[in-house]
Amino acid sequence: MIRVRNLVKTFGSFTAVNDVSFEVEEGEIFAFLGPNGAGKTTTIKMMTTLLKPTSGEIELDGLDPSVRQNEARKRFGIVFQDPSLDGDLTAWENLEVHGVLYHVPHKVRRPRMEELLKLFELWERRNDQVKKFSGGMKRRLEIARGFLHTPRILFLDEPTLGLDPQSRNQLWNHVRKVNEAEKVTVFLTTHYMDEADRVAHRIGVIDHGKLVAQGTPKAIKEQTGTESLEEAFLKLTGSTIRDESADSADAMRQFARMWSGGKR
Amino acid sequence: MSAIYILWLRELKRYSRSRAQIVASLGQPMLYLLVLGFGLGPVFQRAGNGNYLQFVAPGVIGMSVLFSSIFSGLGLLWDRQFGFLKETLVAPVPRIQIMIGRTLGGSTVAIIQGLLVMAVCVIAGFRPIHFYTVPLAMGFMVLIALLFAALGVAIGSGLQDMQGFQLIMNFLVMPIYFLSGALFPLVGLPRLLAIITSLDPLSYGIDGMRSVLLGKTVFGGFTDLIVLIVVGSILLVFGAYRFSKIEI
Ligand SMILES: Nc1ncnc2c1ncn2[C@@H]1O[C@H](COP(=O)(O)OP(=O)(O)OP(=O)(O)O)[C@@H](O)[C@H]1O
Ligand SMILES: [Mg+2]
Repeated sequence: MIRVRNLVKTFGSFTAVNDVSFEVEEGEIFAFLGPNGAGKTTTIKMMTTLLKPTSGEIELDGLDPSVRQNEARKRFGIVFQDPSLDGDLTAWENLEVHGVLYHVPHKVRRPRMEELLKLFELWERRNDQVKKFSGGMKRRLEIARGFLHTPRILFLDEPTLGLDPQSRNQLWNHVRKVNEAEKVTVFLTTHYMDEADRVAHRIGVIDHGKLVAQGTPKAIKEQTGTESLEEAFLKLTGSTIRDESADSADAMRQFARMWSGGKR
Repeated sequence: MSAIYILWLRELKRYSRSRAQIVASLGQPMLYLLVLGFGLGPVFQRAGNGNYLQFVAPGVIGMSVLFSSIFSGLGLLWDRQFGFLKETLVAPVPRIQIMIGRTLGGSTVAIIQGLLVMAVCVIAGFRPIHFYTVPLAMGFMVLIALLFAALGVAIGSGLQDMQGFQLIMNFLVMPIYFLSGALFPLVGLPRLLAIITSLDPLSYGIDGMRSVLLGKTVFGGFTDLIVLIVVGSILLVFGAYRFSKIEI
């Protein structure tokens, strides 16, 4: 369902994704793990038509998302790592806009919106502007929105970021449900290793833009000779914290990018 | 089509929810109208140019349409900052439809603003030659709004963050306004200034409105119409192209 070959993305002289290749089968739940700044979100952006790869190939359901963008967009849904709601609209209106943009028929849309808002416990607040929501409520709304239409592939970029344990549970149950019932292929990232261990059929570990391991959770634990996925992860990626401080050169690049238009 | 409609509706909802902003955005045109209208009126009259309030009202209406349409285009920057842009960019809808929905929404808001300012002008004493010319003036407002909303999108598509906003304000929007003949007649100008003002699309928009509201024109109402349509179409195509190239 997803095929990535020798994918590379550079920002100026910095290589964020470095020669990454993997495949995800139809109906599989694939967890993409890696420390902060490893290149997970950048990889997802390239798969979801938001960034053009520097080199390498991507196929979503046989389509190259950087060439046949519209076709590719019909295949996937995505929950972004960063906020993407309209704070001036209500929860209901945010879902409504999404439903229309994703061609969910009117008759299906309304009941499903109600069902999802209830599932993620936002029903009482549906007519409040989203800017008045707490961080976790916004996150739950983003997730609910992601399930409003049923895509072939669902990208979840750190969906559980900032969620309480109840909501996390709810989310993963729902992910498993759509995966089993509708054969939706799921590509997810998370920093909670126990979640990945529980939910994912297969795992890829990325560090400094390079894929350092892939396989079933069990295989990865065996390969590293560890008991838990957490230990395996630390063994594969080291235990130093990733520093992402922006220096002045970075700030200048930022400025240059702003004025160089779409090119960069 | 429904994608265009829902994005248009979104712009209107956002507008109707920003009451404070609506009031604030009426303040500036009112300031120009009252201070200049009554302050410069006597000088203008003595110079044999007629009633300044009559003259400046279409300019002030044009200004409010210019400001709100170009800012609606630049609203892209806000949506980028707050993330909503991503949501629309990955949707299975051709980007041209997303761009059209946004632009129509922003233009509609700009036209509403223009009509509000026109009402304020009428209250202050502005009188068009006939009230049935008001719909014609609205036609010019539509053209001004579409043109500058498209320009806003074209610029906003290339900016990564809000830092450029002030620069655009100072070095693009204000010059467009001041060099458009909104505040002074475009006749008997020094050669260089005459050339610059004739390159400013807003000059034709305001001249067009004056031609229908006051029966006075520099370029001719028909020329105004053609220039606005041609430049507007080019900017719409250019804006759509730039929008289709956005990366996040
Ligand atoms: N637009 C950009 N310009 C320059 N550098 C970028 C850009 N986007 C991402 N990067 C850099 O690319 C690297 C990978 O970023 P990415 O967002 O993919 O990491 P991630 O694996 O998703 O991390 P996290 O777990 O923190 O979300 C980082 O070092 C980041 O600073
Ligand atoms: Mg990330």
